[in-house]
Amino acid sequence: MIELVDIAWRVGEFSLSGLNCVVPEGKYSVLMGNTGCGKSTVVELICGLREPLSGQLLIGGEEVTLKPPGERNIGYVPQDGALFPTMTVSEQIGFGLKIRRRAEAEIEKAVSTLARELGLEKLLNRMPDGLSGGERQRVALGRALAVQPKVLLLDEPLSALDEDARDEMVDLLKRIQIEHSVTVLHVTHSSREAEQLADVVLRMEGGKIRVVE
Amino acid sequence: MAYESRIVTSILRALLGIVTRRNSRFWSLLVFVTAGYLLFIISMLWATATYSSPSDYFEALNSREIQHSVFLSLLTCSLTALLSLLLAVPIGYLLARKDFRGKALVESALDIPIVLPPMVIGLCLLILFQTRLGGLVDSVIPFTYTVFGVVLAQLVIGAAFAIRTMRGTFTQLSQRPEDVAMTLGCSRGSAMWRVALPAAGKGMVAAGSVAWARSLGEFGPVMVFAGSTRMKTEVLATTVWLELSVGELEAAVAVSLLMVFFAMVVLVAMRLAGERW
Repeated sequence: MIELVDIAWRVGEFSLSGLNCVVPEGKYSVLMGNTGCGKSTVVELICGLREPLSGQLLIGGEEVTLKPPGERNIGYVPQDGALFPTMTVSEQIGFGLKIRRRAEAEIEKAVSTLARELGLEKLLNRMPDGLSGGERQRVALGRALAVQPKVLLLDEPLSALDEDARDEMVDLLKRIQIEHSVTVLHVTHSSREAEQLADVVLRMEGGKIRVVE
Repeated sequence: MAYESRIVTSILRALLGIVTRRNSRFWSLLVFVTAGYLLFIISMLWATATYSSPSDYFEALNSREIQHSVFLSLLTCSLTALLSLLLAVPIGYLLARKDFRGKALVESALDIPIVLPPMVIGLCLLILFQTRLGGLVDSVIPFTYTVFGVVLAQLVIGAAFAIRTMRGTFTQLSQRPEDVAMTLGCSRGSAMWRVALPAAGKGMVAAGSVAWARSLGEFGPVMVFAGSTRMKTEVLATTVWLELSVGELEAAVAVSLLMVFFAMVVLVAMRLAGERW
């Protein structure tokens, strides 16, 4: 579960206060809202990439407001995947475990399991430059899942994909959420994505987040 | 001769190609201006290269003093390029990634060495090392009129160009991958080290090359702050001046051509690195 309690922040001229929201445990939640309403900033706050001016942030009941991003037990997939430009697919997926100083054998095993699950076996030695949009997003997803996060934060993960790749990713995301029993917060402005994926739909409007269904 | 004419012909052919493909007066005019300017540069280099015979040049370059100057130039320029990078990477990263009050002022201040007349930089260095603090530093590491002084004088300008290049490089690189690395357990420093720096490799080659090339041609600050003592602080740029001042035109031309060669090597290295600066 993710809880935002009376969160306030300011980015340049844009500021918000008194933001409250609960993302339920083990569900696929979709956060919708118009462009520029602050959806991505909410994700960055949960990731710890931005610091709130005030308020509390809890993940799995534990307060993480002041914790660095790497200690929040989260997985983050930004819009374009944001792959590491100089690493192979295999290195990208194993990155989080390498940072956590896990044994080489454990990293290899995790990489091959995720590669099989995400259909990336043939791409493990490829660099990000030659990958398609869908492949990039699957690598980004594998990289986030490798550290077995409690929460998966997806910031418009399908917006840069063509229709076929998008449908494939929708199926994959739903399957991953169930198989990994992970809490997902998926940010989008597409109501079609919400229909296809959401257990819970949240809408951000006028600086507040409310549950739609 | 055949080689040089081939270069000129290929450049002209490339330019004329534009005109035939887009048969308009507008493009013809632009091609005319570009060709005129290129012809001027090529004529300049051509005239210098053919001023005397290759055997005369090799004879001039055989002198012990000039060889020492070549060695010292290569050594000091390489040291300066390395030190410039050590300054440019953290400063460039700070400017590209962090917004802070007074940033525009800091950026302008970092450009001061680029806009100051080179002689003035030499004079400022000389005066700085006349102050109490400067004197103290000088008593530990002697800079004034030494090889260390040559490097410091080159560094003031070389680093300013390297900082500009690195700032541009980091600005072009998206911050997102570093953000993701942080969510995977990296600190900001480790994300920079593991993600941003490997991706900025080409930019670092470009920054190092531009610092190296600027240092090679640095004359004013080196002359004023480190002097041009033969076999001690004489570098290629000061050699040209020293040889000219004693009427040794062949030697001055030989050294100039050597500098042109080094500059070309750097230009090719930068082209290969694929970065604009």
